[in-house]
Amino acid sequence: MSDLLQPRGEAVIAPRDLRGRRGLFARQPLAVLGAAIIVVMALAALGAPLIAPVDPLALDPLRRLRPPSEINWFGTDQFGRDVFSRVVFGARVSLIVGVAVAALSVAIGLAIGLAAGYVHWLDAVVMRVMDGLMAIPGVLLAIALVSLSGASLTTVIVAITVPEVPRVVRLVRSVVLSVREEPYVEAAIAVGTRLPLILVRHVLPNSIPPLIVQATYICASAMLTEAILSFLGAGTPPEIPSWGNMMAEGRLFFPIAPRIVLLPGVALALTILAVNVLGDGLRDRLDPKLAKRM
Amino acid sequence: MTASSPVLDIQGLTVRLPAGADRLNAVEDVSFAVGPGEIVCVVGESGSGKSVTAHSIMGLLPPGQLTPTAGRILLEGDDLLRKSPAALRALRGHRMAMIFQEPMTALNPVMRVGEQIEEVLAIHTRFDAAARRQRVLDVMRSVHLPDVERLIDAYPHQLSGGQRQRIMIAAALVLDPVLLIADEPTTALDVTTQAQILKLIKELQSRRKTGVLFITHDFGVVAEIAHRVVVMQNGRVVEQGRAEDVLRRPRHAYTRMLIRAVPTLTPPQRAPTGQVPIVLEARQLAKTYVIGGFLGRRREVKAAVNVNLAVRRGETLGVVGESGSGKSTVARCIARLIEPSAGAILLEGTDVAKLTTGALRPHRKRVQIVFQDPYRSLNPRRTVGASIIEGPMNFGVPREAALARARELMRLVDLDPDALSRYPHQFSGGQRQRLCIARALALEPEILIADEAVSALDVSVQAQVLQLLDDVRRRFNLALLFITHDLRVAAQVCDRIVVMQNGEIVEEGVTAEIFRNPRHPYTRALFEAAPGRAFAFGAFETD
Repeated sequence: MSDLLQPRGEAVIAPRDLRGRRGLFARQPLAVLGAAIIVVMALAALGAPLIAPVDPLALDPLRRLRPPSEINWFGTDQFGRDVFSRVVFGARVSLIVGVAVAALSVAIGLAIGLAAGYVHWLDAVVMRVMDGLMAIPGVLLAIALVSLSGASLTTVIVAITVPEVPRVVRLVRSVVLSVREEPYVEAAIAVGTRLPLILVRHVLPNSIPPLIVQATYICASAMLTEAILSFLGAGTPPEIPSWGNMMAEGRLFFPIAPRIVLLPGVALALTILAVNVLGDGLRDRLDPKLAKRM
Repeated sequence: MTASSPVLDIQGLTVRLPAGADRLNAVEDVSFAVGPGEIVCVVGESGSGKSVTAHSIMGLLPPGQLTPTAGRILLEGDDLLRKSPAALRALRGHRMAMIFQEPMTALNPVMRVGEQIEEVLAIHTRFDAAARRQRVLDVMRSVHLPDVERLIDAYPHQLSGGQRQRIMIAAALVLDPVLLIADEPTTALDVTTQAQILKLIKELQSRRKTGVLFITHDFGVVAEIAHRVVVMQNGRVVEQGRAEDVLRRPRHAYTRMLIRAVPTLTPPQRAPTGQVPIVLEARQLAKTYVIGGFLGRRREVKAAVNVNLAVRRGETLGVVGESGSGKSTVARCIARLIEPSAGAILLEGTDVAKLTTGALRPHRKRVQIVFQDPYRSLNPRRTVGASIIEGPMNFGVPREAALARARELMRLVDLDPDALSRYPHQFSGGQRQRLCIARALALEPEILIADEAVSALDVSVQAQVLQLLDDVRRRFNLALLFITHDLRVAAQVCDRIVVMQNGEIVEEGVTAEIFRNPRHPYTRALFEAAPGRAFAFGAFETD
């Protein structure tokens, strides 16, 4: 009986916690690298006015298509705008779209998914609506929305969020369906906990880890979709410097000055890669079981 | 090779655990041997290293995590630890074979069972397809599978648990290995099926002269089949010898403790409960599941039919049955975790079977339940304190008062009150089950349902938790509804027993009476299947 009085688990937990803090870089160098790149990008986006040497919108017809120099680190584009400044400001658009779409689709998807997963009669109805939404191609929806309400950042975010929501709903619902069968949820029902509290206290916290992972993937794909939309002319309005816009406007000059297209492209690729790598790291850390299933 | 030289000889085996574990070696200086035609049982509680030993022999340790650092494993004189992976692969299935605990997951669900047995032949022999099929049919017959011509083309899900385990055994034995390793092969099976599988293993090994290394935690099984016994604790062998000697004259204190903790099949004298009021009564209770519908064929599954039972204050009623007997369905209906399809559930005369969620709420606290799996019964992301006070706070008890009560309850279940701020993963299985009992008691229920509450626990911990359940029943004058598949446990704690089969109650009576004189054939079959029933555990002979 005495060994029962001493919680045996303690000895087991301590070393694991330590490992988690000490060797994070050693165990997941890529994820840490991804996080570092994202932090740099975020700082660049926040401090864009301070970092960018020149106003990204300032036209200078006399200095068109100049090669990189001390004043224009990445050279200038076909209107004489500073490419480096535009790339730095472009980070704002990508990160805003990525984060906003991830946050919105997770928030909406979580609410709908919890309800659908737990309230039985809602399930069939909600999931069929979601199936319908999933059938809408994001790019098509964006083009339709832009032609209806004009190009703006909000339109882009809404257009990308709508088709992402069903994916989150499906994920949340599947997690809720498995969590609700757990004995601790049954125990909560048995001690008289009301449904909303059961969802918030017991189901929600145990559904969060896979959701965080999913959010990083949504963030990456949203940034990519935004660039595609801008490239097609259905995204961010031309007066806002975004990586997609830059590539779209510069593509005619690709043979003369490939860097106008390549540099925003590299920035985009690097950011998306960083987010994905971070997502993989988080998945391994937070939800090894789900990682195996996927 | 002479008849006396062992098939398997393990000498000083040590397996290192990864850094940061709670001890240095999973298995330390383990030595024992298995002779031809001999069944050696390795017994121990969880964490004793018995499975690690078995996996070392097969070369199935997870690479990079568990590494043998010392010792030799000799299979017919060949050291397995020095073999290349290819050489080990050639031996596996051919000279040594293993069967596992869970016959459903050990078989590939999308392969026909015949193909899975045939695979072994295809890898290790040059028989043509017709000869292989003939061998498969032969071996399936030898494990007493019925209608083998049809079963050979079945998929695992079409077979019962016992049939699946027979397939596993057939696949293991098809090449006549000299060593069969059985890792808890009957733990996931019902007692009647377990008895058949044990009989089969015994029969096969005596006919084929296979050496069997049998891993188990169950002393009943040991008493049933072992020739020799190896007792392991914390990675070390504490005692080994002939089964007779170890079971009747154990020398090591740990072995004595383990054997003493096995509940006997003889119910102790219990005071008759007399005419105290009935707190809980189920009348004509039924639960029918409807499967399919819409496009598929609609099918009704009667999980419980016409169940009548009554529990008096301060009394323990056992509900005994195998998996699928409907005993858990009845428990969940009574706790209103699932909706009964028909019948009444009377709590001191009030029928709660058909109450709506709102009207049911005041009655919720009167019936509490403790579940089987201690690792899933507590929300891993909440402190155990939060879990215990959740119930009382639902019913308006202020936080401070609920916490004070929780501290008392922690003392009552023999845990440190200061541990309330810890998380479930910091407790062992037995401790978690105590926490679950504390959580149930926090609502001051009149009826406590224990749904296989001790089935997942090691035998020594099981005895303590059973003791605790009995203590709280007496102290709070609770009506205890005790759901179990284990006759030994039922014999020890129940005043009365109902036996369920296929959703129906087939026999009911006072425990001592039922054990002395079971009337229904199914009850009798259950008793006959109880492993080690001929053996009086704990009655040691002094020498």
